[in-house]
Amino acid sequence: MTVTLAIVGLLIFLSAILSHTLASIKDKVDVNVYFVTTAPESEIVAFQRRLAEIPEVERVTYTSREEALQAFRERHKEDQLTLQALEELGDNPLGASLSIKAEDPSDYASIVEFLTNEPPTAVDGATLIERVNYFQNKVVIDRLTQAIDATERAGALIVLLFALASTVIAFATVRLAIYTARDEIAIMRLMGASNTFIRGPFVVAGIIAGVLAAFIVLALFYPVAFYASSATAAWLGGFNLFNYYTNHFALFFVILVGAGFLLGGIASYFAVRRYLRI
Amino acid sequence: MILFDRVTKHYKDGTPALDDVSLTINPKEFVSIVGHSGAGKTTLLKMLLAEERPTEGLVFFEEVNVHDIPANLLHHYRRKLGTVFQDFRLIPNRTAYENISFAMEAIGKGDDEIASDVPYILDLVDLGDKAQHFPHQLSGGEQQRVAIGRAIINQPDVIVADEPTGNLDPVNTFEVIEILKKINELGTTVIITTHNKGVVDAMGKRVITMEKGRVVRDDPRGHYIL
Repeated sequence: MTVTLAIVGLLIFLSAILSHTLASIKDKVDVNVYFVTTAPESEIVAFQRRLAEIPEVERVTYTSREEALQAFRERHKEDQLTLQALEELGDNPLGASLSIKAEDPSDYASIVEFLTNEPPTAVDGATLIERVNYFQNKVVIDRLTQAIDATERAGALIVLLFALASTVIAFATVRLAIYTARDEIAIMRLMGASNTFIRGPFVVAGIIAGVLAAFIVLALFYPVAFYASSATAAWLGGFNLFNYYTNHFALFFVILVGAGFLLGGIASYFAVRRYLRI
Repeated sequence: MILFDRVTKHYKDGTPALDDVSLTINPKEFVSIVGHSGAGKTTLLKMLLAEERPTEGLVFFEEVNVHDIPANLLHHYRRKLGTVFQDFRLIPNRTAYENISFAMEAIGKGDDEIASDVPYILDLVDLGDKAQHFPHQLSGGEQQRVAIGRAIINQPDVIVADEPTGNLDPVNTFEVIEILKKINELGTTVIITTHNKGVVDAMGKRVITMEKGRVVRDDPRGHYIL
C-alpha cells in the first residue's frame, strides 16, 4: 500500500514536472509575422490590436525595425563579415515583426488562417506581410501538440494501471488476513455474529492501512523531495521539487490520504465480499 | 421442535452421507446420536446448523425451513443454537473470560450485560478461578467447559455438541456431561454425538443410532448398541 501510494505521489510530481516543462516549451513556441520594410508602423500597430482581439491569442509583441536591427547586431557581434555587409547596405534591411503567442499550441492553425485570409494591406492593396514563419514552426508545433496529447494519455493510463495493480495487492492482503483469521471467522459465524460484525474489522483495517501508508509516503517525500530538488533543479529548468512539495502539501495530503482511504476501504470491502463466505 | 424430513445428502464426490433420514426432536429433550465414524452424525448436525444443504429433504426448526433462511438473516437463526465441538475451537489469544464475552460482543450485547453475565456463566461451568487463563493454560476438560460456557451464554434454545467428550479423559468427560445435563435440566434442548458407551449408558436418555447414513435405531431410553 505504501509503495502504491508512493507511486501515486510520484505521479503527482511527474505530472507537475511534465506540465511545467510543457508550459515552458509552449511558452517558447510562437508565430512571427515579418512585415515588409516599407510597412508603416501605424498599420502594424493597428494590426497588432486586431490580432490581440482574437480570443485564442494570448499576447502579441511588437518588434520594430530598429529593435530587430539591434538584435541582429547583438547576435552577430562576433561575426565581423556579416556586420560589414550590413554596414555596406547602408539602409536597415530588416522589417518589423509581430510575435504572436497563442493560449494553446493547437490554436496556431486558426490564427495563421486569420493571417492568410485577412492580411493587413497597404493603401494600394499590396500585402504588408513579407512572410509568416508558422510554416517552419508548424512541424514543431504539431509534434509538440501530439507529444502533449500522448503524454497526457500515457499518464492517465499509468495511473489507471497502478490503481488496478494496487487494488489487486490490497485484495491479496485482505485475502491473506481473512485466511489467517479463518478459524476465528468460523467461530463468529457459528455464534451468530452478524455479517457486518465479521466484515467490519477487515474494512476498517484496510482503511487504517491505507491512511497509515499515506502518512508514511507524505513523511518520506519530505527528505526525498529535498535531496532530489537540488540534484534535478538544473535539469528540470528551474523547477524546484521541494518548493513544489511544500507549497502543494495540502494537495498531496488530500490526494494521498484520500486515495489511501478509498483504496484500502474499497479493496478490502470487495475482498471481504469475495472471500468471506458467510 | 426440530424436524428432519426425509433428508438425503450426497457429497460432491458421490459418497452418500445421509440417506432418507427423518426424525423429530422435541424441546427440552436430551438426545445422543451414536454411530461409527462416517455414519453421518456430524453431517446431520451440519444440516441443522445450516452449514450444509441437503441434497433432498427438508430441515425445520420451529416451523421454519432452515435452508430457506436468506444468508443475511442466517445469523439470527444461529443465535438460537449453541455449538460445542470436539476440538473446542476457542480463540487462542483470548482468555477464558474473553472467549465467552466475545460471543456476547458478536451478537451486539452491551458492556454492562457482558460484565454481569460472563462471571455467572464461568461459575456455572466451574471455571470462576480460571477466568484470566488462556486456552493453552487450561486442560482439555477446562477448555471444553469454556466452549460450553460460550455456547450457552446467549441462552440458545438448543445446544448442539459434536463429540464434546472425544478428546477428554473419563474424569473430564464426566464433568462435561454433568454440565450438559444441568443445562438440559434448566430447559435447553441438548443434542450430542458421541462414541462414548459409558456416557450414553449412564445417561439413560434418548439414543439415536446411525449407520451408513441411516437411522437404524431410536430408543427413548436407550443404550449404546452398535
